[in-house]
Amino acid sequence: MGKYIFKRLVQIVITLFIFQTLLFVILNAMPGDVTYRMFSNSKIPPAAVERARRALGLDDPVLVQYARWWRSFITGDFGISFSEYPKPVIDIIRERIPRTLALFLTATFVRFAMGFTLGRILAWQRGGLFEYGSTFVGVALFTVFTPWFGLMMIFIFGARLRWLPLGKFMEPALWSKAVIPGLTNTASKGNFIFNRMLLTASIVLVLWLLLLVWTGKNRKLNAKQRSWIVQGGALALCLMAIGAWWLSGLGYLAWNIIKHMILPVATVALVGFGGTMLLTRQTMLETLREDYIQTARAKGVPESVVRDKHAARNALLPVLTNLIIGLPFTLSGGIITESIFSWPGMGLTLLTATNAEDIPLVMGVFTFIGILALVAHLVADITYAFLDPRIRYA
Amino acid sequence: MSVATTTTSMRIIEPLWRVRMRLAWRSFKNGWDIFRENPVGLVGLGMIVFFGLMAVAHPILMATVWPAAVYDPFIGHDRDIIVHPAPPTWIPNAAQEIVSLSPLPPLRHILGTDPLGRDVLSQLMYSTQSEFALGIMAALVTVIVGTTLGAVTAYYGGVIDVLFMRIADVMNMLPFIAIMIVLSSMFDFQMLHLAVVYGILVGFGGNTIVIKSQALTIKVRAYIEAARVAGGSDWHIIFAHLVPNLLPLSFLFMMITVTNAIFIEAVLSFFGLINIRMSWGIMIQVTQAAGYLLASWKYWYLMFPAGLSISLLCSAFYLVGRAMDEVVNPRLRTR
Repeated sequence: MGKYIFKRLVQIVITLFIFQTLLFVILNAMPGDVTYRMFSNSKIPPAAVERARRALGLDDPVLVQYARWWRSFITGDFGISFSEYPKPVIDIIRERIPRTLALFLTATFVRFAMGFTLGRILAWQRGGLFEYGSTFVGVALFTVFTPWFGLMMIFIFGARLRWLPLGKFMEPALWSKAVIPGLTNTASKGNFIFNRMLLTASIVLVLWLLLLVWTGKNRKLNAKQRSWIVQGGALALCLMAIGAWWLSGLGYLAWNIIKHMILPVATVALVGFGGTMLLTRQTMLETLREDYIQTARAKGVPESVVRDKHAARNALLPVLTNLIIGLPFTLSGGIITESIFSWPGMGLTLLTATNAEDIPLVMGVFTFIGILALVAHLVADITYAFLDPRIRYA
Repeated sequence: MSVATTTTSMRIIEPLWRVRMRLAWRSFKNGWDIFRENPVGLVGLGMIVFFGLMAVAHPILMATVWPAAVYDPFIGHDRDIIVHPAPPTWIPNAAQEIVSLSPLPPLRHILGTDPLGRDVLSQLMYSTQSEFALGIMAALVTVIVGTTLGAVTAYYGGVIDVLFMRIADVMNMLPFIAIMIVLSSMFDFQMLHLAVVYGILVGFGGNTIVIKSQALTIKVRAYIEAARVAGGSDWHIIFAHLVPNLLPLSFLFMMITVTNAIFIEAVLSFFGLINIRMSWGIMIQVTQAAGYLLASWKYWYLMFPAGLSISLLCSAFYLVGRAMDEVVNPRLRTR
């Protein structure tokens, strides 16, 4: 396993190299450079433009510029944003990456949990109106035009029913009144609370995974007790986290952020959910033809156990493969959704930077989206290798 | 079969091209028979034909019954109606809602007018043409690039293989929307540029991997050996023997590429990033920019036609692709 991870890491480095080189080529393929903007101002003499070019190192040979590109990348120096002028690009990215990650991870989790659960129930209910209806909904969600779908979600739940906010990250009026010791700026308050929320979520997740591993290793428990412990544990951990936030007195701020998160997460999750559901159903149907399913039924194992233990576990692998292949699509959906809901993450930043022709920010954000995609792929591949005992990567 | 009989009798009854045509026709008919059994594919095909008819009908309607001053998709304006957007004229109580100088015939604006006073149906039909052009252009470029690359990498292997597979990995892992947004920030895209750039990027991407794996299985067949023994050059073997056998698979990818190209064009023009005059994405953008999108159910004729058309055309190509998968992939066949 260690060898496999090492091999994948080497591959990731090569891929990253190609990716960065492609970015450099794209940037240099653009006619002119950043100093050409100065020509539009007639008060700047051409000699000054020439000096600026020399000072910025734009008249150096391409290979020198390429080496400099790599040095900046390794030191995390992406320059200074044009549109948010004095801010360095890396600071903007550092602020926005947790927001995108939260959206992306939650949506992927919700999509997978929902799609897998519904898909395996669907495989058991063949030929009814339910099956046709959900297949239709699945295909419709899979091919729907994402921006339009997001706008419809806002229209129905935000504008008509008024259950949820229309967009954005938080409600400024509420946050400017909120008192957090040591913080005066609304944005820094938001980051403070949001980072604490992410911390809580990851602690809960790690504790739950430990519980899962412990119950899996414990041979004394039977299947029913195990599922009780796992589900009860999840519930207890969530309640504990909510209780801790409630006691801290800042829970209403966290709830405000969560309220803004529901619609974007639902949009990304629903768009991907159809595909997962249909694929789960299909692989379940294929698994059901296997001999061991018949054996399990002949033994008198209850139907729900056959479904959830014998069939679903084997149907999990193709679904997971699909999830890995579909990662870029989920990220694309995230970019679109962020822009529709004005969720200030990487996607929205990329779009606003593009519209403002803020090239340093565009490059920085795109680099980080690329790295995010690569890392997500790596994590998914390693998870896959853990789950499938037949795969022995040498 | 017939080829064998003609050679044994030592008398060429029909020329080679006719034999080839007949074989191609037969394989097409076999494929069609499998395709026809799948209702899902037929539904998709029906929807594509419907949109195709819409695209064809627009210039005809413009030339015959629609005066350009009112129905032009870019600059048309209905001066008989005072307040735009106006709801569809065939709705029974529309007369109360439309503020007009004179009573309008019910088929004047079947899908109403947009905030700028242009006919929605005319825009919708006009955009269908460019969506088809874009999708087919992108698909053709993808197929040419992807099939050639797949065949070449499979045939030569070695360094070429490693290089192109790594590039395909990069393309596979990155979100396409992000790439296109970055590219459109630096270059001024029009519809044709978008189709070509998108086609090339996809051609370098995931398709190459699948086509290459198919080409590898063909490369080891006996007739490739025979062609080499007979003195065929590398390029001759690639283009005369490898590529024709890859075409069914490439055709499947064409369908998927069409779906994605239409989707991406719609997203980019919805965000206002490409330089085109009219498309379904731009129709949604106009509606949103004018503030009618989140206003009320009253403006359904601004919210639904374009969004549904994109979704339906994408799903149509997707459904046809799925049904074609069964034709190309013998493993998935039910019989």
